[in-house]
Amino acid sequence: MKRLLPFPLLALALLVMWILLTGFSPGHVLLGGVVAVLISRTMLSLRPDAAGYRPGLAVIRLAGMVCADILRSNIAVARIVLFRRTDRKSGFLHLPTGLRNPHALAVLAVIITATPGTLWVQHDARRHVILIHVLDLVDEEEWIRLIKDRYERLLMEIFE
Amino acid sequence: MIQAPDLPIWAAIVVGLLLLAGSTITLIGTFGLLRLKTFYERVHAPTLGTTLGAGLILAASILCFTVLYSRPVIHEILIGIVVTLTTPVTLMLLARAAIYRDRTEGTSPVPPDALTKDRDQ
Amino acid sequence: MSLLILALVITTSQIILGLAMIFAAYRMLRGPRAQDRVLGLDALYIGAMLLLVTYGIQTGRTLYFEAALAIGLLGFAGTVALGKFLMRGEVIE
Repeated sequence: MKRLLPFPLLALALLVMWILLTGFSPGHVLLGGVVAVLISRTMLSLRPDAAGYRPGLAVIRLAGMVCADILRSNIAVARIVLFRRTDRKSGFLHLPTGLRNPHALAVLAVIITATPGTLWVQHDARRHVILIHVLDLVDEEEWIRLIKDRYERLLMEIFE
Repeated sequence: MIQAPDLPIWAAIVVGLLLLAGSTITLIGTFGLLRLKTFYERVHAPTLGTTLGAGLILAASILCFTVLYSRPVIHEILIGIVVTLTTPVTLMLLARAAIYRDRTEGTSPVPPDALTKDRDQ
Repeated sequence: MSLLILALVITTSQIILGLAMIFAAYRMLRGPRAQDRVLGLDALYIGAMLLLVTYGIQTGRTLYFEAALAIGLLGFAGTVALGKFLMRGEVIE
């Protein structure tokens, strides 16, 4: 089983995508299954590290939190664009991070960039500092605390 | 072009509201492209369209086709997944390219690269 | 009657998306710098993709969905190539 299907989640995702694109019928499920198994095997030649995440309540909590935050910051950024405030300033922010797992860092990068108003610019792997650009940088400390408390703790729970 | 899918009234109302909200959010996002002053501020603006704007319009499409064909039609989720996964990659790449160019030119105030700073000392 | 209102609403949101594409195109044409143009292009293809989805709703055909997906994927590849070009001066290292 392990040799036939080295990446079961990837194969399942490919099968679901095939069915969504072509419509549900027994023939397409069979064909999609063959394609999913073959294509997921090409990942073998890339030799990815095992992600080693723990599925559980933390994943669901993180997903819900990200959706809520995206909604809130959408409204915040829309207000910044529509109503020009004079006291608003944007700027760069150095965030010291405790995350070491590359997969956790990748997830954090996608979360921070997908949320309007914050943008991941650079990660210094030696000093473990992330450079983030924030559109509404009122209080630097507050942003650092927000990201650490909300995301970093959950990501550590999931990945480390 | 006056044409519309044959939806029951409740679905028509929801689809219409979702479409209007989604397109307006996208418009505000691109309006930010015009209005904000520096590149690093502008790079935040299109995220509005790719998160909430795309989400609302895709939700309208899912609802419309699910009601129209009276079976779940959710392949729009694929567009949602593609957009959510690709936008952060492009924006990060663009921001890194911009900060690299600004550092090389040294004209606009950007934080220096920690690694090259070490090398200089 | 409700169909007429829905048709008008769909057309209105298409006009709004078209306006959004005009704003993005303005940023793409005016710059001032190369990264601004790439950012405008990125916003432009997102707008085009959403516009195609609304055409799909209007006609009630799922044909437009595949075109929208193709725009999303190709636009991503294009922006990544341009971003890499800005950073390194070449696309494939």
